Amino acid sequence: MSNDLPLPSAEDRGGPAQPILIVNGLRKHFPLGGGLFGGNKGAVHAVDGVNITVPKRTTLGIVGESGCGKSTTARLLTRLIEPDEGEVIFDGEAVGVPGGMPLKELRRNLQLVFQDSFASLNPRMTIERAIAFGPQVHGLPASEAIERSRHLLDRVGLEPGRFGGRYPHELSGGQRQRVNIARALAFNPRLIILDESVSALDKSVQAQVLNLLMDLKDELKLTYMFISHDLNVVQYISDHVMVMYLGQVVEVGPVEEVYAHPRHPYTKALLSAVPSLDPARRTERTPLTGDPPNPINPPPGCRFRDRCPKAHAVCAEIAPPSVAVGADHRVACLMADPASGHPDAS
Amino acid sequence: MSNALTQPTVPASIKQASRNYWVGVLRRIGREKLTVVCAAILLLIVLLALLAPWLIGADPYKTSMIRRLLPIGSPGYLLGTDELGRDMIARLAYGGRMSLLIGVMPVFIAFVIGSVVGIFAGYAGGRINMAIMRLLDVFYAFPSVLLAVAIAGALGQGISNSILALTLIFIPQLTRIAESVTTQVRTLDYVEAARMSGASSLTIIRVHILGNVLGPIFVYATGLVSVSMILASGLSFLGLGVKPPEPEWGLMLNTLRSAIYVNPWVAALPGAMIFITSMCFNLMADGIRSAMEVTE
Amino acid sequence: MLVYLLKRLLYALPIALSVTLVCFLLVHIAPGDPLNAVVPADAPAEVVNALKAAYGFDKPLPVQYVRWLGRALTGDLGTSVATGRPVADEVLSAVRNTILLAVIAAIIGFALGALLGGVAGYRHRGIVDRLATALSVVGVSVPHYWLGMVLTIIFSTRLNWLPAMGAGPGGSKEWLWDGEHIRYLVLPVATLMVIPLGIVTRTIRALVADTLSKDFVQALRAKGLSDRAVFLHVVKNVAPTALAVMGLQLGYLMGGSILVETVFAWPGSGFLLNTAIFQRDLPLLQGTILILCLIFVLLNLMVDVLQPLIDPRMRRS
Repeated sequence: MSNDLPLPSAEDRGGPAQPILIVNGLRKHFPLGGGLFGGNKGAVHAVDGVNITVPKRTTLGIVGESGCGKSTTARLLTRLIEPDEGEVIFDGEAVGVPGGMPLKELRRNLQLVFQDSFASLNPRMTIERAIAFGPQVHGLPASEAIERSRHLLDRVGLEPGRFGGRYPHELSGGQRQRVNIARALAFNPRLIILDESVSALDKSVQAQVLNLLMDLKDELKLTYMFISHDLNVVQYISDHVMVMYLGQVVEVGPVEEVYAHPRHPYTKALLSAVPSLDPARRTERTPLTGDPPNPINPPPGCRFRDRCPKAHAVCAEIAPPSVAVGADHRVACLMADPASGHPDAS
Repeated sequence: MSNALTQPTVPASIKQASRNYWVGVLRRIGREKLTVVCAAILLLIVLLALLAPWLIGADPYKTSMIRRLLPIGSPGYLLGTDELGRDMIARLAYGGRMSLLIGVMPVFIAFVIGSVVGIFAGYAGGRINMAIMRLLDVFYAFPSVLLAVAIAGALGQGISNSILALTLIFIPQLTRIAESVTTQVRTLDYVEAARMSGASSLTIIRVHILGNVLGPIFVYATGLVSVSMILASGLSFLGLGVKPPEPEWGLMLNTLRSAIYVNPWVAALPGAMIFITSMCFNLMADGIRSAMEVTE
Repeated sequence: MLVYLLKRLLYALPIALSVTLVCFLLVHIAPGDPLNAVVPADAPAEVVNALKAAYGFDKPLPVQYVRWLGRALTGDLGTSVATGRPVADEVLSAVRNTILLAVIAAIIGFALGALLGGVAGYRHRGIVDRLATALSVVGVSVPHYWLGMVLTIIFSTRLNWLPAMGAGPGGSKEWLWDGEHIRYLVLPVATLMVIPLGIVTRTIRALVADTLSKDFVQALRAKGLSDRAVFLHVVKNVAPTALAVMGLQLGYLMGGSILVETVFAWPGSGFLLNTAIFQRDLPLLQGTILILCLIFVLLNLMVDVLQPLIDPRMRRS
């Protein structure tokens, strides 16, 4: 299908073994205060040293409570926000460095679908033109861009003749989200970040859109980063899952492995809070109490320790490093590191 | 896959109606009687002013010592004559040209400049935005009438000075409105999506911002015309705007002031014209605003 | 809280400074020479230059500004070119008359506006509400200088009840609180009062209607609270915004009085300004504007300081 699109698809440069995206030490602190007389009041540590690896043609689920830095990570990767620090390598090419991949090229390869299907479409523009806007920016003549846009509408399940000339408010939420997916596809991207893209939809519509995403992934050889707070959906769609807490990655690994054997107390708490039909699982709930602490100037040591049932004095001293606990399975908890001095370490 | 989906069918009537946002706005305005009446009166005043040379037989400059200050209803001078014996109907009709010009021009110029600066500031955000807005705060330290009088007073009498003075006091207000709507729109996801497409800032502003911010700025500007008319004629009333013998409502009010003991109601006529025009602009702005706020 | 006050005070300083700069520059955007009014056009060049040096007009602009500001801070606003009297004296006596007019007009306008707006907000779509809506439109659309003329026509020339011009019998400029003087106050105050009346009515009406529709008011009513107690809650919620609007309006009155003072020949700052403009008395123009604007800045500052005192929401942040 990608071959008959006028905009050429970006070629696979690094080969199948090269991860499509490698992120090292991504960091963003939002300074507080400011203003004419505002002094330095510290900063919100929104994203603090995040490492990500996404193999080609897989789906990485990113989960965590609201405010944990999931969406900021998405915006940092797409450079809608400039990161303070961090290295981004797209299919073997460093992004934003001299001689590397230019930003415009990255944004063609990496697209973002937002949560709010209505806010992410210009209310004064027909959806056909909204989808055609991107290809036009990249130099496609208007008529061809529209043709491509109609083609994509058809591909995401919206009959172009019927829907192309409509305005966003004339569509349902599910239809609008299909339009947003089509708009992302218009660039022939290789990686799509779905930021809570199905969270606002009804369960039944959600399933339809998820199925569409799975079909598109196979057909167009896409890779997804799927950001969500819905653990069931993440389990359904992802190959790997990454758990974030207060701007840091606490656990990452293959989805079956992490769901079956969570190692970080936070992951355990999250998973136990998932409504389950399995009575055996319902009994072992470790409820998460309280709200996440303030991300402004967090204290040293483990950031989860205030809410952790197994917290120990040592947790306040050492920031837990990420250690491997299985194939591809890493966790940032002192209990996973036998040498850490935590009494429950194994 | 597409066949598996059942699409909710939108009734044809609604679909047609909401095709275009502005069609809907116009239709809602049409339903408001008061707004339509105001628009009609304004149209009448504008036409009378524009077509005065063809509609009005009398010469607005022709003075007459024997026909001074005739009362309303005098034969041949339906609205009487002024202190120099000039026909009031002709003076009021011709006066509308100048009054409308010096009332509308400042808002129009300020609308253009304020939109450009405000949209730029709002879209740029951050420190640039703050610097521009702090600079404008200085203007808010002046009561607007006082600032207009001061500038016009320092520059001296004249139409262009009066327009310049009023333009200067409206620019900060319109810039602030433009900045605040742009800031709101800029953070919407669809603008971020447009940035994701790699489009230049200019393209994004042209395609995605302008259409969504010009409406609210325009409505605010329409409301300002009313203030501008009062202030512009006020400057002429003080002797700062239009020079005699040019007919202009504010200036006519000033020169007729000494006649209030002889023929008071003729003296009050030019002011009534300012009042009616300004009120119609106000009510029309209200009508457009509420028609634009409703979304069906 | 204290930090907020300090910040606000600090913020007012650059604004006040910019105001002085604008006032200073006003004279220099004026076409021609600031000395034109006193020096005959055919005066020899040496005389002109000597005068320029005497007034300091031969120095570069920044130097002139710093000198002017330094003198202004010590209360010396220069000498009126037309009358030869110190500008500060002229301005102070005129400003006193303006403040008198503006404050009385503001008190009456605010009280009437609050009453009308309050009743209109309570009795939505009632007769008073319609009256208030109409009044607020008229209030913001009427050219107040014309309204002054119409009132004069009715109450002075037709009915002969009130004096048309001046601030006291026999052209008296010294204000006295007696019946004779107060008669002179009625028409200017009635005219000026209309400026804030429309906006205050509109604001209060919207605020009251909005507060009454809030869930917490419904809850208070359901709890069986008396109307008087509910009213107190409404006042508490409306007061901060209303105060801000009124503060701003009082400031506008000081400026807006220029035209009204001209209509009634009221010996205030507006009248003075008019004189300054037509005699091309630039030091007087500069001084009058400066004082009026500084009063406006001060008023804004006072509103900002008072607002958190009555609005607990602002106190916290």
